[in-house]
Amino acid sequence: MGSYIVRRLLLMVLTLFGMSVVIFLLLRIVPGNIADILFESAGMVDPAEKAKITKELGLDLPLWSQYAQWIGGLFQGDLGFSYVSEKPTIEEIGPRIPITAKLAVLALVFSTLIGVPLGVISAVRQNTGLDYILRVVSLSGLSLPSFWLGLLILMASVRWFGDIPIYTSPPKNLFAELTLYLIPAAAVGFRSSALVMRLTRSSMLEVLRQDYIRTARSKGATEQSVNFRHALRNAVLPVVTIIGIEAAFLLGGLIVTETVFNIPGVARFLVEAIRWRDYPIVQNLVLFIALVVVVVNFLVDMAYMFLDPRIRYAD
Amino acid sequence: MAAIDHQAELIRAGANISSTWGNIKFLARRYPLGAAGAVIFVIFLFAAAFATWIAPLDPLSTNPKASLSEPTSVYWLGADFMGRDMFARIVHGSRISLAVGVGAMILGSGIGVAVGLASGYIGGWFDLLVQRISDIMQSLPLLVMALVMAASLGPSLRNTIIAIAIPLVPSVARIVRSNTLSLREMPFVEAARAVGMSEFRIALRHVLPNTLAPLIVLATAQLGSAILTEASLSFLGLGVPEPYPSWGRMLSESAAEYVRRAPWLVIFPGLAISLVVFGTNLLGDALRDILDPRQRS
Repeated sequence: MGSYIVRRLLLMVLTLFGMSVVIFLLLRIVPGNIADILFESAGMVDPAEKAKITKELGLDLPLWSQYAQWIGGLFQGDLGFSYVSEKPTIEEIGPRIPITAKLAVLALVFSTLIGVPLGVISAVRQNTGLDYILRVVSLSGLSLPSFWLGLLILMASVRWFGDIPIYTSPPKNLFAELTLYLIPAAAVGFRSSALVMRLTRSSMLEVLRQDYIRTARSKGATEQSVNFRHALRNAVLPVVTIIGIEAAFLLGGLIVTETVFNIPGVARFLVEAIRWRDYPIVQNLVLFIALVVVVVNFLVDMAYMFLDPRIRYAD
Repeated sequence: MAAIDHQAELIRAGANISSTWGNIKFLARRYPLGAAGAVIFVIFLFAAAFATWIAPLDPLSTNPKASLSEPTSVYWLGADFMGRDMFARIVHGSRISLAVGVGAMILGSGIGVAVGLASGYIGGWFDLLVQRISDIMQSLPLLVMALVMAASLGPSLRNTIIAIAIPLVPSVARIVRSNTLSLREMPFVEAARAVGMSEFRIALRHVLPNTLAPLIVLATAQLGSAILTEASLSFLGLGVPEPYPSWGRMLSESAAEYVRRAPWLVIFPGLAISLVVFGTNLLGDALRDILDPRQRS
């Protein structure tokens, strides 16, 4: 067990190191850096000026030395400075992380609260009209682009309520925050809820066929007790996996949703930084996302052991 | 992984189905949702193939007088800010969606199959390397990976396809690899080896066809997410560039200001994306039920 965890941790470090190389190179095979973009938009072409900026930002150094500088800085807690705002990267990224994290948590809560019960209903009423409707709804959840869903919600609110709470300044209290984040979170969470529902359904169907369910029925357990105490408890394991994976992968949906709802989170910031070729921001942010993903994956695997005592990882 | 042999089941049940048409009718009745998905997908293919005949107006020609026109008898779905016909743009947009969706799926699956087969067959350090690279690529959400790739390749139709295809590779490679590993030990592979077939030929003629079922299921699922990813990339302005009418970009052009003034500019392109992806998903679900009985829902 102990050595399994050590091996997993080493693999995580290896993956993150690989990601840092990939992202570093990907950003630099692009023709044109921030100096080009700045000068293009400013319309002035003074080669000496441009060379000066390139030198200031260290973009004239060989690639390996730029990479060494970045990673060396990381280990000393120095993430460099944003090219655009010239503020320390950590000050740019740091305050935006809680916003996105709150959205993600709300979306997950939403998708679990909706997805699990509907999945159970759909499985218990398999092949009835209700099951068909729920399946079609969940498939549509996987098909709607979340930014379109966001736009539709915006449009509907404008039509019916005249307006909608939109992010203009940081919310003052918890209530204001909730009203602000609830709609975007629902727009993103709808997709995850569809995934959770589908998985709950198929996992429940699998379990409901087992012998011990028949045993439970024959000993006279009520339908409710069979479904929830015997079946759902055993069916929930794969659902935990998908919720865990979604926790990390919600970010994809949040990128577009934060853009639609004008929320200054870290996901939208990534797109802006990519557009500006703001290397320090992009590479640190992408590495941070990868870190979240591998840590969440690790935690999900660990959670398995507590949820299902039959699972033990071999050394 | 054996598919359900409907033919055999039917004959056993005493049904008398011989024609292809009869088969199609049977499958449609057995999988009504899948059939609906197939119909949606065929309409989508049809729109892409005959776009120039279906839409009477040109998707690129502008008309300042028709700017933000509501849906009328001339502009069936309204017109955008530059007075371009929305119906024509949506019909022509199906070509972009199809090109990127199918292109990325084929490219991604193709590389995935080659890498997965090689990895399962060669094993050793090559396999290890492929595994670690897959780990690295899968440590980012699809859209984030595609976003970085698209930005670094630069905006063009071809680059958008590549940017979406590459992140799709690891999951294909993983499935093909694990199937290859188990198939390699099968008696029929040993038999092929015994009669002197080359390893390369065994891989292509015996191992690959036997991994086809899960591959088709995965590829259909990927087609849907490739179309969605293209829409998101174009929405963010890092996908297919002008003048191609991309559904995703049509939404970003109209998003901010026109939500209030011209809702049809928001509704129709999104409806097109959703419908096509919905059809693909329905089809994919039915294919999974047919081809992969172990996962039957």
